[in-house]
Amino acid sequence: MTASIALTRSAEQQYVLRLGDACLVLAQRLAEWSGHAPVLEEDIALSNLALDLLGQARGLLSLAGQMNLRAGGVLLDEDQLGFLRDERDYFNPTLAELPRGDFAFTVLRNLLLSSWFKGVWQGLQTSSDAELAAIAGKALKEARYHQQHAADWVLRLGGGTAESTQRLKAALDMAWRFHAELFVSDEVDVAAAAAGLGPRADSLHAGWLADVAPVLAEAGLALPAASPFRSTGRRGQHTEHMGGLLSQLQYLQRSFPRGVW
Amino acid sequence: MSVVVTSPRRLAPAAPDVAPSGLSERRVRAWQVLDSVLDPEVPALSVCDLGLVRAIDEWPDSDLLEVVLTPTYSGCPATELITQDVLAALETAGLGPARVVMQRAPAWSSDWISAAGRLKLRNYGIAPPGPATAVPIRWHHRLPAPALQCPRCDSLHTEQLAAFGATACKALHRCLACGEPFEYFKPI
Repeated sequence: MTASIALTRSAEQQYVLRLGDACLVLAQRLAEWSGHAPVLEEDIALSNLALDLLGQARGLLSLAGQMNLRAGGVLLDEDQLGFLRDERDYFNPTLAELPRGDFAFTVLRNLLLSSWFKGVWQGLQTSSDAELAAIAGKALKEARYHQQHAADWVLRLGGGTAESTQRLKAALDMAWRFHAELFVSDEVDVAAAAAGLGPRADSLHAGWLADVAPVLAEAGLALPAASPFRSTGRRGQHTEHMGGLLSQLQYLQRSFPRGVW
Repeated sequence: MSVVVTSPRRLAPAAPDVAPSGLSERRVRAWQVLDSVLDPEVPALSVCDLGLVRAIDEWPDSDLLEVVLTPTYSGCPATELITQDVLAALETAGLGPARVVMQRAPAWSSDWISAAGRLKLRNYGIAPPGPATAVPIRWHHRLPAPALQCPRCDSLHTEQLAAFGATACKALHRCLACGEPFEYFKPI
């Protein structure tokens, strides 16, 4: 087994990895639908969404690898960061790592996360890091299509059968418990905002809710009650689902180091 | 022959998709050669038709011909293959050594597809994209989607079957007049 890599954990690296890992981990969950989606068109759609997210993750992980060097560590590449970190060194929001669930949960989570991504990419258009701004410039265009795809399906399931509305409601109840983490600012966000690297997490909430709430209302869903629970994936503390996801994601590179197709 | 991913060096908006005037013989020929390199996913179009080639440069301190490419989508799986095809075509034409520089910003837009490229798309059976900037993306179903023209029979009586087609850059539609399914190159 290949040894894990060490991160410098500079604030800027942490900030970029939180976003890059959100893309990577959600891509992994969406790719699990390949060959399993309810209809062929949606099978392909979910794989295409995963591919966009994986492309965004590649750019962000490469950047985080350069930031490792900048902070006095060694230069790391996208593959090392993607495949050779321990669980505590992944910083995606917990919502992204939850099992893919049924199709209702998948599209509902996609609505919540693509709307969040859209706000993040918008905020990064003016980043002090030119590479980060360039990645965000491309990703923003893609996120709009992701958001539209998710919203279309949420509305369709919400206006569908008793079964589809019941499943959608269950999906919202599940996903909503984990959404609050997306908007919790900590020292990493404060440092990023101060350096002009990108927006603070809490600054994204109002724009996100303005996008998400009308879709949920039109789908006949009431917003679940607020809860004090805050998940902690962005701080590297994950649910029990993360280990299984990583074992599948990392298996080949851990077993056959530097193996290529 | 390395692929280098850089931060943006040229922040000017769209570079021309045809050879700019006043170029050296080598660069003029390179533009012509790249206009014969086809996109692997949409082989009706060249990488120049698609607006992927942003610049072809020569530098005084190097004999490398530098081709600046902007990828269409973040995760487009054809990116590596396009890079290889571009380098191979230049090598075969005797224009090497060359290298490819990937430039992310400004982000690629379907507005960069040339007029000739749009016609080729349509003749290939793919509805060409509308303007990326003028038409805001439909947010959800309260706004009707703009009617698309069937590339086979020109009917506007068409509907979307799926938001994504065989590749991320396309959506799947169906013509209700002639009954044929067709792909739509999405504006982005």
